[in-house]
Amino acid sequence: MNFLQVKNGTWVRIIGFHGGWGMQRNFMQMGFLPGNTARIIRMAPFHGPLLIEVDGREIVIGRNVARHILVEEI
Amino acid sequence: MRFALVGQPNCGKSTLFNQVAGYKAATGNFSGTTVTFTETKVRVLGDVVELVDLPGTYSLLGTNPAERVVLDYLVSNEVDAIINVVDATHLAQGLALTLELLELKRPVVLAVNMMDEATRQGMQIDGEKLARITHIPVLPVIATKGQGVRNVFASAFNLAREKKPAVRQTYSPELETHIKKLTEKIVSVHLPVGSEALALKLLEGDPQLIHQVSDAIPGIENEIQSSVDELCHITGRQAVWLVSKERHDLALKLSDQVLKKTKQGLSFRDRLDDYLLHPVFGYVFLIIIMFLFFWGVNAVGGIIEEPLMIFADQLNVKLLAALGEKGLLAQILSGALQGFTGGLAIVLPYLVPFQVGLGFLEDVGYLPRIAFLMDSLMHRMGLHGKAVVPFILGYGCNVSSIMSTRILEDKRDRFLASLLSSMVPCSARMAVIFGLAAFYLGPAYGVGIYFLNIVVIALTGRIITRFLPEDSPGLILEMPVYRMPSLRTVTAKAWLRIREFIVEAWPLLILGSIVLAVMNYYQLSQFTDVLFRPITWLLGLPSQVGTPLIFGILRKELSLVMLGQALGSMNFSQVLTQAQMLTYTIFVVFYVPCLATLIAIRKELGTKKMFAIIGITLLVAILASLLVRLVMAPILG
Repeated sequence: MNFLQVKNGTWVRIIGFHGGWGMQRNFMQMGFLPGNTARIIRMAPFHGPLLIEVDGREIVIGRNVARHILVEEI
Repeated sequence: MRFALVGQPNCGKSTLFNQVAGYKAATGNFSGTTVTFTETKVRVLGDVVELVDLPGTYSLLGTNPAERVVLDYLVSNEVDAIINVVDATHLAQGLALTLELLELKRPVVLAVNMMDEATRQGMQIDGEKLARITHIPVLPVIATKGQGVRNVFASAFNLAREKKPAVRQTYSPELETHIKKLTEKIVSVHLPVGSEALALKLLEGDPQLIHQVSDAIPGIENEIQSSVDELCHITGRQAVWLVSKERHDLALKLSDQVLKKTKQGLSFRDRLDDYLLHPVFGYVFLIIIMFLFFWGVNAVGGIIEEPLMIFADQLNVKLLAALGEKGLLAQILSGALQGFTGGLAIVLPYLVPFQVGLGFLEDVGYLPRIAFLMDSLMHRMGLHGKAVVPFILGYGCNVSSIMSTRILEDKRDRFLASLLSSMVPCSARMAVIFGLAAFYLGPAYGVGIYFLNIVVIALTGRIITRFLPEDSPGLILEMPVYRMPSLRTVTAKAWLRIREFIVEAWPLLILGSIVLAVMNYYQLSQFTDVLFRPITWLLGLPSQVGTPLIFGILRKELSLVMLGQALGSMNFSQVLTQAQMLTYTIFVVFYVPCLATLIAIRKELGTKKMFAIIGITLLVAILASLLVRLVMAPILG
């Protein structure tokens, strides 16, 4: 499943990504590495972006971006 | 000797820079790019050293122009020592970049910043141990207070004099085997990046470096691919992930070895974010904060502007009296004086508080929160949350909004954000809105124009997006913790931006006013009126408004100031109907950005895009004001 299907507050493990080299590098730099755990802290209203805790940091990602991150439940 | 400051975004790198930078600090562009750096001279152990503040970067791979430039710059011979700044409260993340820097075999000093914040959160960092493991000097710093900064420079100075290169850490045996294998193949390539660092970047799949190396060694792609395949076979991971993962894990291990967490700190940030990012109250706070910001800027600006303007007018009257009002020289000098005092009395009183306030919002960490709240709205006009910054800046000055579009990764996004934010009414156009429409038709019309402006901008964005579809994936942005900004950093940053106005735009204001004075002297305005006649006819405006409109491109305030001269009366209700005043104001709000903005657009996007923006804004202005004329003329009469 991808990050859009994750419930608010549930911890998940990152397993992979869709998208090209540049996008994967962007994820990596923000701490989205396979094996790391992450959770959604909050969502902006009106289909806005997600605030995600990953690798000790808080990262904002748009919904279209979140769709590219593949995760599994722990 | 030259030192480069390198660090991840939000590590406090620029705070450290501003601690030592004087008013002489200068911004520049890396040649051929819009990536900027800031440079200053620092006195270290009796010598003068150049200090360069590079853009914040998470890694050194070329995923965006800034990262590419940072890597190229660090391996060039221009840099004698690298000062790597990490945030002590996010040590593991920061060390990932440090490990990558060590691979470059250049002298590196590690400055562990925000030690006070780390202590507050109950963290203890053993710097000596970290130095022993990494073989580079590790120094604690509190940049906001200037503590430890001197030691960092002294250490970098000694390191650079000894030319002592850093040693990289060892990765897993599988990875090391392939680094060695590739390194042997590319020894003959003469790129500034060392062979081992280059081998790692090739394994990571950096497209540009692969391209460069394959030019020198045909067929090297196959070697790289076979290494990547083999590594994938052994570890089950793509090399691009493997390298990052190893750096990440090693950084984590290092941080575990040297960092002791004694107590769990209270998360002040989560509690504040519960309000400021709340689905309802978040927007209420956003409106309140923005209102206070703009109200404060206007209040401060108004207090300073009024006495300055009175003084400037008196000076002008005295000048004309002394030189004789009719002479060309008197007119030219009076024009120059008006240009000078215009900058001093109209622009600076608002620009200074605006930039200080903005620097405060920036350093406190509120701007990314606005991006979070506004992302979905921005998507409706074909942009994402980060593009909200140019729009906010646009209400102050469009030049700074154009320059801020650099934060967007995508070229198409930069163009669209420049186009749309240049239609945001800046403080100069605010003078026209309030001085004409709001003054004669009532304040409700002023507010109405601002509202109409947002609707038209959003609509333009939607239409342009039909032709130029959004192709950037969207928002990826780190949400920094809240921090108390230091006065020194805020004022230093504000000064850099204000100086850009003083050096680049102010001389143009003066020149424009002189040209205007000469044109007035020779009474050339009837010719310029003809140029705008098709538009003024279409909008039902007197032909004399053509010249103020043309000079409004030089300086937006001129479209109001000169309107009085052109029509022969400053009491506009005698010479224009209410519908005409409204139509004129709407046209002024949208048409062609001012000259200083156009220059900024040309610098950022090139001449073609600049003309595209001129054309589109002119079209939008005609359509919007024509619509207002057709709808409002029967109502207002």
